[in-house]
Amino acid sequence: MALGGFFGRLKQGLSRSTQKFSDGLTTVFKKRRLDDAALHELEELLISADLGTAVAARVIDNFRRTRFGAEVTDEEIRTQLSTEIAKILDPVAQPLVIDRTLKPHVVLVVGVNGNGKTTTIGKLAQTYVESGLRPMMVAADTFRAAAVEQLQIWGERTRAPVIAGPPGTDAAGLAFDALARARTEAADVLLIDTAGRLHNKSVLMEELRKIIRVMQKQDPAVPHSVLLVLDATTGQNAIQQVRVFKEMVAVTGLVVTKLDGSARGGIVVALAEEFGLPVHAVGVGEQAGDLRPFNALDYARGLVGADGGTPAAGD
Amino acid sequence: MFESLSAKLSGTFDRLRGRGALTEADVTEALREVRLALLDADVALPVVRDFTAKVRERALGTEVLDSVSPGQQVVKIVHDVMIEQLGGAGAVPLNLQAAAPIPFLMVGLQGSGKTTTAGKLALRFRERLRRRVLLASLDTQRPAAQLQLAQLAVQAGVSSLPIVAGQTPVEIARRAMDTGRREGFDIVILDTAGRLSINEALMEEVRAIRAETSPVETLLVVDAMTGQDAVNTAKAFNDALGVTGIVLTRMDGDMRGGAALSMRSVTGAPIKLTGSGEKIDALEDFHPERVAGRILGMGDIVGLVEKASETIDEAEAEKLARKMAKGAFDLEDYASQLKQITKMGSLSSILGMLPGIGKMKQQIEDANLDKTMIRRQVAIIGSMTPKERRAPDIIKASRKKRIASGSGTSVQEVNKLLKTYDDMATMMKRMNKLGQKGLMRHGLGALMPKGMGRPGRPF
Repeated sequence: MALGGFFGRLKQGLSRSTQKFSDGLTTVFKKRRLDDAALHELEELLISADLGTAVAARVIDNFRRTRFGAEVTDEEIRTQLSTEIAKILDPVAQPLVIDRTLKPHVVLVVGVNGNGKTTTIGKLAQTYVESGLRPMMVAADTFRAAAVEQLQIWGERTRAPVIAGPPGTDAAGLAFDALARARTEAADVLLIDTAGRLHNKSVLMEELRKIIRVMQKQDPAVPHSVLLVLDATTGQNAIQQVRVFKEMVAVTGLVVTKLDGSARGGIVVALAEEFGLPVHAVGVGEQAGDLRPFNALDYARGLVGADGGTPAAGD
Repeated sequence: MFESLSAKLSGTFDRLRGRGALTEADVTEALREVRLALLDADVALPVVRDFTAKVRERALGTEVLDSVSPGQQVVKIVHDVMIEQLGGAGAVPLNLQAAAPIPFLMVGLQGSGKTTTAGKLALRFRERLRRRVLLASLDTQRPAAQLQLAQLAVQAGVSSLPIVAGQTPVEIARRAMDTGRREGFDIVILDTAGRLSINEALMEEVRAIRAETSPVETLLVVDAMTGQDAVNTAKAFNDALGVTGIVLTRMDGDMRGGAALSMRSVTGAPIKLTGSGEKIDALEDFHPERVAGRILGMGDIVGLVEKASETIDEAEAEKLARKMAKGAFDLEDYASQLKQITKMGSLSSILGMLPGIGKMKQQIEDANLDKTMIRRQVAIIGSMTPKERRAPDIIKASRKKRIASGSGTSVQEVNKLLKTYDDMATMMKRMNKLGQKGLMRHGLGALMPKGMGRPGRPF
């Protein structure tokens, strides 16, 4: 993977998404005393990046303690702010490590409707194929029209096998059979796509638990990872989403999608504070190569529009 | 983490209550809370500013200062402004004033629910208006998107444009309109690929589609759980295309839905429909007053009633209502009510629809109350004799022991149930006193026996 292209695209994605934020920052802080009014405006800028009122207030409080009254330039503020935010994000920046000895490492992918689960699975399969692993995908979204076909097309693109049943197949049974097959064929990774479901639909959440329960009859250790896919445009409801999915299916990590848009994905900062769940990757486009590792400082710099958001040297 | 909007607002207005007239300082203080609450409900910052400015202007007028109960007046002003900003009372119908085939264009971000909404819309036109509908997918980006719409068309009982591989979206749009004219369709729904508002090439493409087809409605489909970005997306799509209506999807979630206010304010385009489920008939007219209540945490009474009437056995409910009116509410009725509740879905989602219950909902959630608990209570009642159910007063120590072992619970749990039942019966009496109007005005809070907020009790 070409590093230039890699960070270029991530930065492009993130900076596009934060241009407005940076513009705001520039107007607020060009050669200015960091007084109450300035801090208030800075707080509002964080809020409009979806950090939420509570987290924004805390970040600003830290600023008030250390920097109040200082004459600051735009650039200083960006750097300090991104450092501050990176401190929160750093502990959660952990890649998803596939254990090759498990054969298969079972990854259950969950989330609300339309947040990019299938696309993320396609991208993950591509990543694994490229790194010499043998992934297998299961189309356990047997509810949505053409969800199976969508995953099958990803199968053709990545040349990874896709296990599917006829429409309306019981998702848990399908996952069970797929696990058996993946074990027989000693696949490295088993990626299970599930139907999107709102976290407040208890019946649908029970179905998800059933998939896990049924698979555990074969191997009590599965799934080894449960990925919650989260749309970066989501507002404060993401907190409730993560809370409920975590409770119901023991989510082990997050993937944040659609960061190439105008949404700033600040909710990730609030989620990191609240749950400390690892953020494994970010999605910055619809193509197979558009899944990136989550880098705390990069993300934070992107969020506040700081220069030098290309940590090529350190990565 | 975040207090619910209703909790915040009731906190603020509790402080306002019990004072005489409102001072400017009171209003400022209240509006600070309103601002925070709106932001936590995902209303976008610029929209919040406008909103609080409007409320301030009105609150500082004589309306509030001269009123007897300032707190309630402010609640009303906030609510009124909210409804106005959401587009006034009532639903705005879809525009069908054009020669057939009438083109509808669906646009929005990826995953906002365009394709599903297109299918729902087709069903609605076919069923309610008896129109012949043609569905056409212009989504050549996402794998199997065209197939998805074709499958939805089958579910909705309408036609879909045959898929021709390799055509560009504009070519498909042209073919859809030609087919619509030639085969005498009344309405052609054009579903487009999800696109980011900042993707110039794709925005140009959808502009070309619009120019080609001159849709009578350009519907922006947006996810109700969208955060602050709602303003950027709405503005970009509106600037590029001239949005004529908004469809809010996933309203069956538990988000406050502040995006509705943001979208409406930025585009000026009415919110015309809401999607509230995955089933193909889960499409409803938008009612500003209901969504206002939801954003403000005042509860969606109408929604609750509708949901209840779908699931609750009417004869059963009527029988219960008559008994309640007479004050003759026994454990038999309590059990049947508990069973009805389990049918309606998770308890907290129902509670979310009730007014004045925000705080209690949190406590109930903390207490981890769920259907298991309801089932246990039903089991306890099931282990009683008919006589005991009709006259719970006769249940003393040895009966309690028998009931507990019969239902696999403990005497403590039996006691708790009996206490809950007592509270319920008290509540029924209060309800009768208040009457229907009183319930709407005061919310459930008025019904709560003292200490009702204590965890572990269902009502």
